[in-house]
Amino acid sequence: MTDIIDILTGIEPGSTLDEIRRTREQARDNAQRSFEVLFEPEDPGTFSLAERYAVAAYTVVLQASASPAARFYTELLEDEVSPELAAAVAELAKADRCEGPYGEYKEAGLAAESAPGPTVSYAQRPDFVSERLATALEHAHLLSLHPRDAEATHLRRLEDAGWNADDIVTLSQLISFLAFQIRVVDGLLALKEAA
Amino acid sequence: MSNIQYPESNRPEGFTQQGLGWQPWLAPVAEADLTETQRAALIGQFRLKSPYFRLLVRNPEALEARTLTDQDIFYNVTSGLPRAEREIAASAASRVNGCVYCASVHTARATKESGREDDVQKLLDDGVTADLGQPWSAIAQASAALTETPNAFSAAHIEELREAGLDDADIVDVINGAAFFNWANRLMLSLGEPSQPR
Repeated sequence: MTDIIDILTGIEPGSTLDEIRRTREQARDNAQRSFEVLFEPEDPGTFSLAERYAVAAYTVVLQASASPAARFYTELLEDEVSPELAAAVAELAKADRCEGPYGEYKEAGLAAESAPGPTVSYAQRPDFVSERLATALEHAHLLSLHPRDAEATHLRRLEDAGWNADDIVTLSQLISFLAFQIRVVDGLLALKEAA
Repeated sequence: MSNIQYPESNRPEGFTQQGLGWQPWLAPVAEADLTETQRAALIGQFRLKSPYFRLLVRNPEALEARTLTDQDIFYNVTSGLPRAEREIAASAASRVNGCVYCASVHTARATKESGREDDVQKLLDDGVTADLGQPWSAIAQASAALTETPNAFSAAHIEELREAGLDDADIVDVINGAAFFNWANRLMLSLGEPSQPR
């Protein structure tokens, strides 16, 4: 059965890391199931596959352009939707890469630790990116690099751009799951190399 | 009609091991309105009562897969890293991302599992570079490195974890624990806010 993390890390059946991953079979299976329910849903409803793959490619290129996951999600977008959209999304992500996590604390006692940084706007954007998708990409930048800057008004912006409550939850899960998946891949690759 | 809510802010002063509340910015599903599929995906009474999980249950399949991943990474003790050390990985990731709510829950669990409240408090007060003793310091710093963008987790961290006595299965628990909290922190930080107990 396909396991995306194994594919991205090149973990072979029967290898030491495969055996270790299988001591957490439920976690392994449900990391894979998370991918499937977010990216291969039976009924994508009002959150189209094109939008899901575009947000994914943007999120992964933004955080981990050197990861095999970046190529994987970009190719998924190219193959399933269009090379033009993939190029447009990659261009936005590459232009807005920066170190994270940063952001301002809203807890009074942590003000000294606040590290303000950029918030992106895609009001000006390539033709292939709709306003609704642009708002989702802005949200992906927030969650990926400066999640502690998040406020209720960010959800309101999504709603105003046509995202309903159920789709806001799915969008948030999709971006946040990828933050997990790319770190598992990076961690396992480092461990594989240090064997 | 908007589903966005603006609760009266009642944030804690800073990082704490004390129990905190969490107020959603997006309307959760009311308990009475849950479908059978949603009830099953909540897996248990505790989540049924939680506004956070009743918000995530708007996508029941994604919530269920998330919860089953979480449970195995943190509570499968048939092998691998002890519970307290897994909670240190979760706490360090939460500290770096700035998730005051997640940090409160998981530092409290680290204290409960280890009895080392003062060392746990150092992680909250002084951050992931605090001297927590080994293997905690190595775990906290490896978890922090994996949390950063671009990813800073390297052979040097693996070497330090090995010197602190971890084998590769233990290190996979650190990777999974820190990575999982990069998932959880983003949901907690972006869908609502922590609140002090009233």
